[in-house]
Formats: sequence, C-alpha cells, structure tokens
Amino acid sequence: MPETRMLLKNAEDPALPTLAGYKGYGGYATLEKAYRELEADEVLKELEESGLRGRGGAGFSMGKKASFLPRGGGVDKYLCCNADESEPGAFKDRELMQRNPHQLIEGIAIASLAAGIGHAFVFIRGEYDSQADVLDAAVAEAYEAGYLGKDILGTRRDLELVVHRGAGAYICGEETALLDALEGKRGNPRLKPPFPAVQGLYGGPTLINNVETLSNVPGIVRNGAEWFKGFGTEQSPGTKVVSVSGCVRRPGNYEVELGVSTRELIMDLAGGPPEGREVKAFYPGGSSSPVLTAEEGLDLPYSFEAMAEAGSMLGSGSIIVADDSVSIPHMALRTARFYHHESCGKCTPCREGTNWTVKMLERVVRGEATPMDLDIVASVQENIIGHCLCVLGDSMAMPVGAMVRKFREEFEAVIADAAEAEAVPA
Amino acid sequence: MAELPIDIALTEGRVPDRTPEEVPELHEVDCPEELRKRIEELMGRYPDRRSASIPALWAVQRLYGWCTPEGIRQAAAVMRVTPAYLESVASFYDLLHTDPVGTHKVAVCTNISCWMRGGDELLEAFKAAAGDDEDLFVTGFECLGACDIAPMASIDERYFGPLEAAEAKTAIEQLRTGADVLPEKALEKRPLPGGPDA
Repeated sequence: MPETRMLLKNAEDPALPTLAGYKGYGGYATLEKAYRELEADEVLKELEESGLRGRGGAGFSMGKKASFLPRGGGVDKYLCCNADESEPGAFKDRELMQRNPHQLIEGIAIASLAAGIGHAFVFIRGEYDSQADVLDAAVAEAYEAGYLGKDILGTRRDLELVVHRGAGAYICGEETALLDALEGKRGNPRLKPPFPAVQGLYGGPTLINNVETLSNVPGIVRNGAEWFKGFGTEQSPGTKVVSVSGCVRRPGNYEVELGVSTRELIMDLAGGPPEGREVKAFYPGGSSSPVLTAEEGLDLPYSFEAMAEAGSMLGSGSIIVADDSVSIPHMALRTARFYHHESCGKCTPCREGTNWTVKMLERVVRGEATPMDLDIVASVQENIIGHCLCVLGDSMAMPVGAMVRKFREEFEAVIADAAEAEAVPA
Repeated sequence: MAELPIDIALTEGRVPDRTPEEVPELHEVDCPEELRKRIEELMGRYPDRRSASIPALWAVQRLYGWCTPEGIRQAAAVMRVTPAYLESVASFYDLLHTDPVGTHKVAVCTNISCWMRGGDELLEAFKAAAGDDEDLFVTGFECLGACDIAPMASIDERYFGPLEAAEAKTAIEQLRTGADVLPEKALEKRPLPGGPDA
C-alpha cells in the first residue's frame, strides 16, 4: 500500500526546515495570499467546510472550534499549539516539527488570522529539546522574513509567536492543564465550563489545536475545502500521519488517507510482527484507546468513525501492536503505571483509581490475586470513567478495562501460573 | 523537636505565628548578571511575567545543573515571586530537578513500545555501565515520544535508538571521554521508514 504524503511531502529534503527550503516548494505563498487578499471569515469558512478534525485525540472539528471564539476585536485572544505529545505510542508531531517546522508556523499564522488572534504559543514538551531548537530557528527566520511580528507583510496585522518548552508532565497535553502550565503554574486541569474558547489563557478566548491539525491548515486554504474532502472518508476527511510501533518490523510514521485498511497499515506498511509471530491485539489510537483484538480490529477501516463504532477510538492516530509473545496482564500493568505516574493528583477518582489499579495488577502478575480481584479491577475502571475533571483517569480506565474484559482468561491463567510457581518448593 | 514544615497555627485556626514568605530582593540573592538578564528577557516574551516560571527554572538548571535552592531564590527575586511558588512549579515537573543530579543525564524509556522491545534490559545495562559514578544520572522514564526507535534513550537531551543493551556501555564510555555519543544511532539521522516520498 502506498502512502499519501501531504504533510510529509518533501520531508526527506534536509533543506525543508529552512525558510529557503520551504519557500522553494511554494511555502508561505498561502500565508501571503490569506493576509493580503482574504477576509478572516472566508478563511474560517474554508476550514469549517473542510471538515478537518482535530488530530490530537478528541477529533473535534477544527473550524467549528475556531468559530466558538468571539468575533471581532476589543479582547485579547490567544492560540496555543499543543505540541506536548506525550501519549505512549505517539510520535507524529515530533516528526512534523523536526522535518517541516515552517508548515506549522504558516498554519498557526493562518489560523490566527481566521480567528483574529494576535498572540500564539507553541507548547512543546521539554523532552523534545532538539525539535524545540528546530522550531526556535524557524520562528526566528519567519520573524526576519516578516511573516510574524508587527504589521505582517504591511497588512497592519500583528502576530507574536513564542515557543514555550514544558518540563516533563503528560498532563500538560490536556488543554486546560496546558493553559495553567503556560501561565507559569503547576499543570493542573481546570473545571470546564468555561471552555478555553470562551475563557482560556490569561482569561482570554483561546484556540487550542494540535501540531498536525495546524499543519493541515496551509494545504486546505491553498487548495480549498473540496480538495481536502477528496481524501479520506466523509466523516474523516484528509490524510493522517499514523505512528506505528511495538511488535512490527518497520516502526515509524506513515501518512495515509483516513479510512485505509488497518491490516494493510500494520502488516504492509509497518511490516507486521516478526517472523513466526501473529498480531494478538493493538491500541488503535495511543495507550489511552481501548485495545482491539486482531479479530476485532484488523479488518476495520482506519477512521474516526470505524474505531468509535468498534468501541475504541482513533485518538492521536498511534497504533501500538502486541504480538502473541506479549503478556496482556503485563501490558495492562505497564499502561496503568504510566497513568499513575502522570496523574496530577487534583481529583480523587484518578489519583486513587490509578494507584489502586497498579497495586491490584501487581498482585495479579505476582499471583497473589483471585479471579474476584479482576472484577474489582474492572469496577474501579468503571468508577473512574466520567468522574474526573479531565480524561487522564479515563485514559487508563478505558484500555485497562478493555484488556481485563477481552483477555480475562489470560489474566486468570497468569494468576494461576504465578501462584503455582510460588507453591513449588525451591 | 525539628521544626514542622507547616505553620501549626494554621491547623488550629489561629492567626499564623510565622510571617509569610516574602519575595527576596535582588541585592539579597547575589544573582549572576547573565541569569538575571536571561530571565528578564524571558519575562518580556509573555503578557504575564509569571509565564516565564518554567523557562526561568530551565535557565537555573542549565546554569547550576539542577534547581538549587539558591538558584530558585535568585530567579524568584528577578521574577518578583516567592521562592516557594517557583519550588512548587519545579517539583511538579519530571525534568526539573530539586535534588542534585549528575552532569550527564540518561533517560531510558520503559513505556509500552520500548518495554516490548527490551527497554527494561536497556535501562539495567545503562545502570550497570554507569555504576556509582555520580557524574552520570541514569533513570527510567515514561514515554519519550520515540517509539519508532524503541528501545531508546535520551542522552543529554538528544534521542538515540534503537539501542542494543551492549551499546549502553559504549555510550557511557563516550560520555566519560567527551566523545560523540553513538553518532549512527542519533534520531536526526534516521530517514522516514517509507523512504523518500513513498
């Protein structure tokens, strides 16, 4: 199966991260056209009509989100590009920022024009030091060329763009925690409503979009919404950079049209599991998506709607493949530990729920649990979902709950095996 | 009895016995000129100066190797916030260290995709190679966003992978001698898996 490269087009060119390299492929021509010739409403309408869905996890319509911001001036509005990519399995934003930083900057500038925004930030996870350096250099070039700053291209529009490095906390990918972190606080999520579009950064209306979402903006405005809808499915238009990892022979980022065969994506593009192994299960959309068994998932189209219908989600578009050598109970424990470590501790169901889930799963793999404990693990997950300020707790509960439900026999066998090993005198 | 970290009066509903922590004055903290200028420049980037707290703590850590209490006081004086405020921020984030750490930092990913491909063994190999060398700070880390090069490690803030356990020893030797670390395994050198414009 071939890739359909839009966002990763020319990405192998070592000159692409530079302004000259990017302009060589027609870069910033769309920004020039938008700033000089288009009205904000026209740009916004194009984005809404394209049906572009957020690429960070929730899949909400990008244009609609931008339209929620109050129109007109008189109030300071902000854009935050969420580059905190920290979900286990996701590494697409890293690739997009490293290989094509100007595409993102152009997208931010056009989105800011559409929503009447004068201050933009890229919140990048602190671990991505190298990519932040690339972005810093690109932003400096864009200022120098007059694509950012005061009076852009003589149009009397201003846009300040700051690359803000985080310092290591998964929770900051949650949009309201990101805002707190950007305001210089501990990254704790806020109660919603008010939603950021109404009251976000510094109390002002704020548009928060993922790196890949914003990287799509120049293409849509350049070629039109109809062109964009020519790729993907009706409900999931466009291409998607999919991060495939785990038990596959060629892990990496592959850009495909949404709706392609999941089997071909895993088996053909990423090379499938190693010789003699078979796909047992996979997370279709990062570690927070409910795992699908090979039977359930391989023959589904890779789209937002197909994954939702199967009881999972496309999320950030990150597939982690487990082959038949992987112990699901151990994978559940690894997953739970991550969310336990990253829980900010602000609300009880998440703080306690992730803690107890880890403790119970540790007992499972040590053989100290009984099958009834699996019911308790399952009920803890049910009591987390929907009961927290943000979705971090749910992000553990959904995959762990799915693993216990779908691989119950394997959990029981692990308990029995471990108990038996314990009972054998040394 | 050692002094409690909290004011006991607060727990008893009385007026606090201690005076609240104050923002230190610049002349009290002996802040290096370079650090002061850097933090002031950072504050100037944001509509609200407090937004510079994480970048300022990064600057402190780059200067002193970790977020030292003196460094935090210096940043607090420049930012006009209390040291406790900055400490509360520093202690929230995994990359900001409020205890001394070695000069060279090695973070080995032990999350799902790396675990499947030998991340735990790689971490053990790095720990064994580093031994009790206080100059080397080796730690397991949650997903670093590089599952394509699993198992991987972030060495002095640059990504390397996929790594064999034996390469841990090589990398540690290179860090000790100041040589280029595993140049062939640097993430930046890796092409897209599908090849050029597949």
